[in-house]
Amino acid sequence: MRGRTLYACALVLALILGGAHTAQAHGLIGKRFFPATLATDDPFVADELSLPTLSYLKLRGSEEAPPTKQFDLSGEFSKRLSPDLGISLGGTFTILDPDEGSTVTGFDNLEIAAKYVFFKSAPHELLLALGLSWDVGGTGSKKVDAESFDTWTPQLFFGKGFGDLPDQLELMKPLAITGVLGLAIPSRVHTKTFETDEDGNVDVKKPLNPTVFQWGFSVQYNLQYLQSNVRDVGLPAPLNRMIPIVELVLETPVDGRDAGRTTGSVNPGIIWFGRYFQLGLEAVIPINHDVSKDIGALAQIHFYLDDIWPQVFTWTPFHGVLGPTQPQ
Amino acid sequence: MRTRGLLTAAAFLLTPVLGWAHAFLDRSEPRVGHTVDASPPAVRIWFDGQIEPVFSTVRVEDDGKHRVDKGDSRVDPASGTLLEVGLPPLPPGRYRVFWSVVARDGHRTEGDFAFRIK
Repeated sequence: MRGRTLYACALVLALILGGAHTAQAHGLIGKRFFPATLATDDPFVADELSLPTLSYLKLRGSEEAPPTKQFDLSGEFSKRLSPDLGISLGGTFTILDPDEGSTVTGFDNLEIAAKYVFFKSAPHELLLALGLSWDVGGTGSKKVDAESFDTWTPQLFFGKGFGDLPDQLELMKPLAITGVLGLAIPSRVHTKTFETDEDGNVDVKKPLNPTVFQWGFSVQYNLQYLQSNVRDVGLPAPLNRMIPIVELVLETPVDGRDAGRTTGSVNPGIIWFGRYFQLGLEAVIPINHDVSKDIGALAQIHFYLDDIWPQVFTWTPFHGVLGPTQPQ
Repeated sequence: MRTRGLLTAAAFLLTPVLGWAHAFLDRSEPRVGHTVDASPPAVRIWFDGQIEPVFSTVRVEDDGKHRVDKGDSRVDPASGTLLEVGLPPLPPGRYRVFWSVVARDGHRTEGDFAFRIK
């Protein structure tokens, strides 16, 4: 029985870890390396692990809730199934610490996503991908407002490096942008709630679960690209592996009482990438006071699994084992 | 016995093989984007990791996109991180170096850069 259990564990481990790897590795298109962005998803499929992603933001109060400090501890595991197809699994543990009242903790809903890169141009450092994200309703805790219904989000991703600019603009060549456009569609239009007043009267409410347009961008300046492909300006380590970055993370409901009202943040920060992992740190500056009036913070450690465990991540279920490409 | 085998397999799977990863350009001679006083005897590129000699190449072109190197690109067997190609005496002008390498785990990286001879 014990042996059977171990066998099952090993099988699950193999299923989880077994995946894809190609010589066209994560975050590379042509001579451009794109880091994993912290607040928005990047357009690449990759074998990677974000653990942990830590975020802090003080939410402004309302008539129903006092101002609350929100801490999120997140993790995401991503795996390629072929050179252009990948899946990911993510989860978040949330701590809500209100100014009045006791602290509440719990997991948010599980998130499962798939992504397919349908266009690549190495000379133009351009990448386009389609994705579908599934926020699995009911898997999180109601204490932290995890929805009881599913939310499906079809997405379009893009990434573009500017290494193809003319040489007269060479100092702009290390620039790159990435972005994601998505529409979060709840599987349940209304959520029915029951409230009982002091007289015992039951009030049934059916608030709308809005469909939300989610959009985000990153603008990044890759100092490694500057040093390696444009001009060796003599930056020492660790500066020669740093990427100053600004991310915009925005949401606009398309229906409901807040339709058309955009919330989100501008996140200036810095990413350092090494050979096996990267570190990122960003400030979270709300674009308006709808969600928060204070500046928050976002930090992440991100592991490149195919570099750390190449003997595991060289197998793809749909593309076999991939080794070096042919000599040029 | 089976348990020991499974544990061994799991240990193999979970043991990181550090030392394999993408190889990025660390430095070069001539330096990326710089001007040199005279024609250098070779272009030399050092990478931050070991590269596969069979799959790693470098070539040099002039402004007219004509190849000007000696075609003898090689990886230094002692270090495993130096890729070089010889150059004949070259006239003043602007030249571009194109390199492509494969790290020991199969990850390919590539790049190009210009240098100028006075």
